[in-house]
Amino acid sequence: MKVFGVRLPAMSSLILWGLLWEVFGRSGYSFFVPPLSEVVATLFEIIGTSAFQKALYETAYAFCSGVFFAIVIGIPTGILMGKNRLVDELLLPWVNIFLSAPLTALVPVLMVLFGFGMKSIIITTTLFAIWIIILNARAGVMQINRSLIEMATSFGASSWDAFSKIYFWAALPEILGGVRIGIIRAVKGVIIGQLLISLVGFGALFELYSNNFLMKHFWAVLIVLFALAFTISEFLAYLERRVSYYAAKR
Amino acid sequence: MVMLQTNALAEDQSVLDQTDNAVSVSNVSKNYGDVEALKNLSLDFPRGQLTSLLGPSGCGKTTLLKIIAGLLEPTEGEILVNGSPVTGPGEDRAFVFQDFALLPWASVLRNVAFGLELRGVARSEREDIAVKYIKDVGLEGFEKSFPHELSGGMRQRVGLARALSVDADVLLMDEPFSAVDEQTRRKFQEDLLALVANENKTFLFVTHSIEEAVYVSDQIAILLPRPSRVSEIIRPTGLREKDSTSIRRDPEYLDIVDSIWESLKTYVE
Repeated sequence: MKVFGVRLPAMSSLILWGLLWEVFGRSGYSFFVPPLSEVVATLFEIIGTSAFQKALYETAYAFCSGVFFAIVIGIPTGILMGKNRLVDELLLPWVNIFLSAPLTALVPVLMVLFGFGMKSIIITTTLFAIWIIILNARAGVMQINRSLIEMATSFGASSWDAFSKIYFWAALPEILGGVRIGIIRAVKGVIIGQLLISLVGFGALFELYSNNFLMKHFWAVLIVLFALAFTISEFLAYLERRVSYYAAKR
Repeated sequence: MVMLQTNALAEDQSVLDQTDNAVSVSNVSKNYGDVEALKNLSLDFPRGQLTSLLGPSGCGKTTLLKIIAGLLEPTEGEILVNGSPVTGPGEDRAFVFQDFALLPWASVLRNVAFGLELRGVARSEREDIAVKYIKDVGLEGFEKSFPHELSGGMRQRVGLARALSVDADVLLMDEPFSAVDEQTRRKFQEDLLALVANENKTFLFVTHSIEEAVYVSDQIAILLPRPSRVSEIIRPTGLREKDSTSIRRDPEYLDIVDSIWESLKTYVE
């Protein structure tokens, strides 16, 4: 973007909002919003503490496991739904229901079923991420060029060959898009899981800091979380751009 | 006198060839629900020759080709390839697609070797074979390019090289030149004549262009629609001996093109 003929670097709007935050914080209008500079200082303070590192580890573990299951189950399910009419008819209503359902309301049920530990948190994370991954993989497969399938069949491809050499790659741009959105939802899932199921990880830190009115600490952890989610999402967007050259030409 | 002799020779040749068919279609019907796409169709494809399937759109020529390829199952009837019945795709046949059907995420080299890859040929071996055929179709130096970097004509050369590299007896070509521009198409037609002459393969060629069919074929099967049947088989006798550049001026070429148009034009909406 250009302002008064000067080219602004990417994300310069963040600087503006950061400045606003600082000014608002310094005005002392609200106790709950300390100045950004103090939040950042606190961030560097707590980043080295063992409480923070433990929280980071617990959150990362639940997040990575949850996303792993969402991807490993979601992509093949979506591809299968796109390939097979019967499977599609059977599963599509459920996928659509869960995609739009308020999953937070389901968390107590999960606690009854799977207990109050890490297992329930991981399942919550998976449930948040998996549906959009399934739907996108399905959409990717459904727009595949029929003659690619005929080509593979005419050269004697087995169903595994067709799956791993044609369907997966042809649907890859959509799959990556689904994984990117799924991961953003998984961040939500893991924090909600940690807040509702058992107070561990970042969820426990949020609870601790807000209950004790440690607002600087609270905001610092939130910034870390946003930064992590943003970085992962940007990395996947980069991968998506890498494969987009053939997205229109399948 | 000399002319007569060559014609007699060609006649002998065709009698001889009819006893040896690479592909033989007998009494094939194909229904899509209530729609009869093909009805009781029989046709023989002599070995080592190029047979065109020509007809107006909707006459079932692509359906017939896909049934021979084993991609579609006939409702009734039987296909024999080298004497054995077709039950599905097989190593004796290779398909060239109208829209090229290349993997957009794979290089030219991998695309050409893909048929061999699916047949389980080891990487170094299949890439050696692919390199040879890439060179044969005139794409040397483009091994590492991707399909989206090539023109339509070059893409179809990749499709052709892929079909050649599996070394099948029968090449099934579904309107292979219809998606390339006119000049490229002419070049392709000339190259195809050389290919038929040099490779000991049987070519099945679907086209909707009368001129193209007469130019490249040893045998032209005219298919008429609703329900599809073979209405006529034409075998140009004197065109094969001609130089590829003078065929289009040959009286026989012009006569055949005219007579095919006469019989087809009532079916064109």
